[in-house]
Amino acid sequence: MAAERARRWGFRAGHFGVVGLFTVFTAFPFYWMLITTFKRESDLLKRANNPFVYNEPPTLENIRVLFEETLYGRWLANTLLVGLLVVVITLVLALPAGYALARLAGRWGERLGIGIFLTYLVPPTLLFIPMSRVIGDLGLQDSLWSLVLVYPSFTVPFCTWLLMGFFKAIPPDLEEAAMIDGHSRLGAFVKVVVPLSMAGILTVIIFTLTLVMQEFVYALTFITAARNYTVSVGVPTFLVHGDVYFWGSLMAGCFIASVPIAILYNFFVDRFIAGFTVGAIK
Amino acid sequence: MSGRRRLSFLLDRDEWLGPFMIGPAVLYIVLVLGVPFLLALYYSVSDITVGSRTLGFVGLKNFASVVETTKFQTSLKNTFVFAIVSQILVMVLGTVLALALARDFRGKWFVRLLILLPWVAPISLGTIGWLWILDSTYSVINWTLEALGLIGPDGWYMWLGVPYLAMGSVILIQVWRILPLATVILLAGLTSIPHDIHDAAQVDGAGFFRHLFQITMPLIHPIMLVAGLFGLVFAFTDMIVIFVLTRGGPYDTTQVLASLAFFTGIQGGDLAEGAAIAVFLFPLLVAVAIAFLRVARRTEVM
Amino acid sequence: MAIVEARGVSKRFGDVRAVDGVDLSTKEGEFLVLLGPSGCGKTTLLRIIAGLERPTAGEILIGGQAVNDLPPRARKIAMVFQSYALYPHMSVFKNIAFPLKAQGLARDEIPKKVEWAAALFGIERLLERKPRQLSGGERQRVALARAVVREPAVFLLDEPLSNLDAKLRASARDELQQFQRRIATTTIYVTHDQIEAMGLGDRIAVMQGGRVRQIGTPTDVYNEPADTFVAGFLGSPPMNLVEEPDALVGFRPEHFLPRAAYTDAASLTALPFRITRIEYLGADRLLYGVLEGRFEGARVIARLATTVEAAVQAGRTQEFGVRARDFKFFDKTSGLRTAARPL
Repeated sequence: MAAERARRWGFRAGHFGVVGLFTVFTAFPFYWMLITTFKRESDLLKRANNPFVYNEPPTLENIRVLFEETLYGRWLANTLLVGLLVVVITLVLALPAGYALARLAGRWGERLGIGIFLTYLVPPTLLFIPMSRVIGDLGLQDSLWSLVLVYPSFTVPFCTWLLMGFFKAIPPDLEEAAMIDGHSRLGAFVKVVVPLSMAGILTVIIFTLTLVMQEFVYALTFITAARNYTVSVGVPTFLVHGDVYFWGSLMAGCFIASVPIAILYNFFVDRFIAGFTVGAIK
Repeated sequence: MSGRRRLSFLLDRDEWLGPFMIGPAVLYIVLVLGVPFLLALYYSVSDITVGSRTLGFVGLKNFASVVETTKFQTSLKNTFVFAIVSQILVMVLGTVLALALARDFRGKWFVRLLILLPWVAPISLGTIGWLWILDSTYSVINWTLEALGLIGPDGWYMWLGVPYLAMGSVILIQVWRILPLATVILLAGLTSIPHDIHDAAQVDGAGFFRHLFQITMPLIHPIMLVAGLFGLVFAFTDMIVIFVLTRGGPYDTTQVLASLAFFTGIQGGDLAEGAAIAVFLFPLLVAVAIAFLRVARRTEVM
Repeated sequence: MAIVEARGVSKRFGDVRAVDGVDLSTKEGEFLVLLGPSGCGKTTLLRIIAGLERPTAGEILIGGQAVNDLPPRARKIAMVFQSYALYPHMSVFKNIAFPLKAQGLARDEIPKKVEWAAALFGIERLLERKPRQLSGGERQRVALARAVVREPAVFLLDEPLSNLDAKLRASARDELQQFQRRIATTTIYVTHDQIEAMGLGDRIAVMQGGRVRQIGTPTDVYNEPADTFVAGFLGSPPMNLVEEPDALVGFRPEHFLPRAAYTDAASLTALPFRITRIEYLGADRLLYGVLEGRFEGARVIARLATTVEAAVQAGRTQEFGVRARDFKFFDKTSGLRTAARPL
């Protein structure tokens, strides 16, 4: 019947429209970053120029300035360093904790798991003032180590929850078989469960790196020396000299630190959701 | 029995292994979160500043003096407006988007990447992108509006410089930032509904709206609450978007509690007063946590 | 009450032909069973009839009307799913009332109908409970009540008994059949369980590989199977098949008895049988063994009711026999049934 077919096509068009609209909304700023990166400053700063096209030929100058005349490269390195260290600490703390909550904790395990998860919601803005003082007293002011020390406070709760979800999804029979074969439970955990959860662990690693890259409040509070900035803080504070914004380089800096990690993250989102919901939806 | 063998047999017992494995994580969290929290409470009733070596107890003086200022009252009001409006928008838009993404279509992986960008990208960097888009002199939005003939060359909006517009812009960007997270969580909830139920509703004769409102939405209620509470906590306690875009201006119209605490405590150096402001965030958190636990208990719909 | 017809229905998922040219027509008010192993296409066919899937080719007619372009709700059908698909957030009452509300029935009429449907299955006292508080059997009845309440023209059931434990299944089967006889609505029932099919169906459509191999009454498909697949699928243990140079010969285990058990040896073909193992199942004995003589080496099974007095012993070769009319002949290459001939 024609009415039914028309209805179905209308539905599809509506669906396409909705998805398209949202996609433009979310992605437009990044597209804009990309275009601006290659625009000459003289092109950018003319109000009359159509911003959607290259009125003057594109240039790599902004990127050059970013890497050669600012500390951007160093900030990227700082961020990566902090990220890797925090990943290690997070795994060391969260892997056993997640396993224990998934297998060993029984009734109070459910509660403890939710409790740990909730600490993720404790905002940095509540704690950053006393923390700044403590960091100062410990002599870590302006050091990247202050971040390495403090960042696991939000990565560990969430990653413990995620890992708990991943471990719950593995049938206990496998560990029991390993234990019958002669391993202790700890041994079974290390030799059987961990290798099987590699995909989940990788997801946790990517997620931790994203959290580290995004963090702003602590980094802004603890570190004031430009050499030691992370990308998240360096770009907003340093690349703005008074009222003059070097938009081209600024946008280049934003794009480079945003999009690659998003692409990487997209590969792992499904697993992330799986781990998140196993714990939440009993 | 040698000490080492004793240890390994101890670890064989689950009652010991459990606490042993959870212990370090819990210890760390308690130390790194608990201690500063107690300190925050303590500072708020002291006279500590960035430079001071000693702590003197001053009772509730900090709270009293802070609460009286218009700056604080405006910030409190703004915090509520900012958080509630942005979260309502996020939930509504997130639900729509999640429903749209629930069915498979070509290019879904790529679309998902684009939708996730605001949340995965470092918050400050994405916000700077908006700073450029909303810049009063060069805003592409203004340029486009003029090109479309909707405004004149003198009618360019100062998106971040005019009181209500600034709040609107800040809310918009908060929504932009949290939308992917909410969508992903809601999508997870939608996909967990067994396909049979949708089939049964179709056979039973439910039209589009009845199906949506009487079947689908009630079944994702619990997870909607999870997403909503998450976002609400972030919105109440966040300051990044405001810090980067407006620094709390113009004239404190976008100042929220979190940013006020930063400016008072860190930039201003008055740690005690900053802590007092920040402490106001705590009751909000407790309320949210309680609501969340209630929901978690009711999550067993199936 | 209507006749359901499938004309040349096919459904492809990519390269896979889930349903491959099915022609089917129900009789008015009959209980038709779609029987087959998993993956044979029976559930897909049911979903196509329901309107939950669109066929790649062919059409479905319900009550003489082509329904290909109609959504499920316009087809006057009701369906019971394998998992029952009860709405978990609604009470039993609301579950049953839902289709009526969707139909736009007046609000004051709804409780009456819901109570009528609930009474049919004896679940009146469960109306205020939620699905998660019900047992499997109770959930099944709620699903049936929800299907019945709209008084549809056709019932579609997708393995509704498979989630019940074995003991419950037999009584549920009995109730289901009585119920269907009472309301006399055309019913299409999908199952992989041949005992269920034989017990419930007025006719059985045996499916395999997306096609209907045979459609007929239980007696037809059991006694006169159309090919080796049907012969092997129905009956437990399955039909014995032994090879002749130019044909496959089949005979059912219950027709393979010791010579001594037959009173009239007239049309009997003798088959020497060396028993290797005996299973005692209470009412029957299953004798596993190997044929000797003409069909040397063929492994076959005999089924001997315990009430039949005959001395059997493992390890010995005994004279067994099959009546001429109990042999079925099949073509070696196609598996199709061929004419009977003397052995």
